[in-house]
Amino acid sequence: MGLLSKKDAKLITDPLADNNPITIQVLGICSALAITAELKASLVMGIAVLFVLGIGTVIISLIRNIIPSNIKIIVQLIVVASLVIIVDQVLKAFAYELSKTLSVFVGLIITNCIIMGRFEAFALGNGPWRAFLDGVGNALGYAVILLVVGFFRELLGSGTLFGIPVLGDPIEKTGLYSIGYENNGFMLMPPMALIIVGLIIWVQRSRNKALIED
Amino acid sequence: MIEHIELFFKSIFIDNMVFAVFLGMCSYLAVSKKVSTAVGLGAAVIFVLAITVPLNWLLDQYLLQPGALSWLGEEFADYDLGFLSFIMFIATIATMVQLVEIIVEKFSPSLYNSLGIFLPLIAVNCAILGGSLFMQSREIETFGLAVNYGISSGIGWFLAILAIASIREKIRYSNVPGPLRGLGITFIVTGLMGIGFLSFGGMLTGGDEAPKEASQVNETVKIENLEPVIEEEKEIVTITKSEN
Repeated sequence: MGLLSKKDAKLITDPLADNNPITIQVLGICSALAITAELKASLVMGIAVLFVLGIGTVIISLIRNIIPSNIKIIVQLIVVASLVIIVDQVLKAFAYELSKTLSVFVGLIITNCIIMGRFEAFALGNGPWRAFLDGVGNALGYAVILLVVGFFRELLGSGTLFGIPVLGDPIEKTGLYSIGYENNGFMLMPPMALIIVGLIIWVQRSRNKALIED
Repeated sequence: MIEHIELFFKSIFIDNMVFAVFLGMCSYLAVSKKVSTAVGLGAAVIFVLAITVPLNWLLDQYLLQPGALSWLGEEFADYDLGFLSFIMFIATIATMVQLVEIIVEKFSPSLYNSLGIFLPLIAVNCAILGGSLFMQSREIETFGLAVNYGISSGIGWFLAILAIASIREKIRYSNVPGPLRGLGITFIVTGLMGIGFLSFGGMLTGGDEAPKEASQVNETVKIENLEPVIEEEKEIVTITKSEN
């Protein structure tokens, strides 16, 4: 990592595992669960949050000394809402089908606790470059969980990855389906996302004993 | 009248804010350690939803929808201010929550103290903004239905957090494996409750409604492979109808 000092590189790598926004900080869960039935939607949501967090943290960090403290939350909300409107309009223009699948969850990025959480915890007290790195790190940590959940849900639920059938054709009964394997339609239902995240938390805490609660 | 009752039960059981669309999960997980705080937060959410959804409905109807501005004059009929929805909704929500905070502090200081940071945090609770956004995307038709939707989705959320808080209080006496304790087991139990609530999906079907209800339950999920199954069900429905 030539251009990042060790401390800065930690800002990106920490949220990927040890300080993951979803499984450790318990933020941003709503959108993580609802749209992960397809890998494509998870990827687009991850990119959207990356955009909003990356630019939002820089803006908030740049104006952090001018915001009066009693309207802090309103200023943050306005910054996030404007960025999300941009994301929403771009999605509607260039990927209309996907924006229909994501429906209201693009708008709900505004209330995504990760964004407000990182603004409060980091961007308001640090310079623009470090705030940017922290925003990017947390967005990547969020995207990783989304992609993992989306991977299992789409693979086990529809036998496809990014829309490409990988286990064979369920109607023609080729590939894995010829031995009697059937898609687990349950995986596409919302509750399975919760159970998969619970299992991810189990794995994560087994590997890092320090995270176990009493 | 019948559509009010239908919307009421649909929003509580079938489109439950927590189990069907996962809104408000952060505060749901954080406040559900004790039943008393859970009840307080649930009541606050019902109250805020009941106020903000109708208010945002009015905003949407007379300001934001395509053609909404025609009451100002004919030349404004083409304007579509839909892209401002997010900012306007979040602004009304933040204001209303501030008002609720002042009222709660005045009339019930004990509730105010027990809720602590979570009352102002309701403003960024996805459930509140989600309620307004779903009201907009499902095109709720009248003011009365908007009030109904606000109250009933709030009751659905309240039911969910009440259930998980009660379960979490009891689960402390069970032998949950270390890594699953706390957050992990809560996720899994919530998932199991969600599966249970799926059983309500057939509640409001009445013959013609069957395929429509199936697509409404799976609104945010594209299920391509269940198409052949739904076709079979349609055949069975038409066969039984022709038998009658």
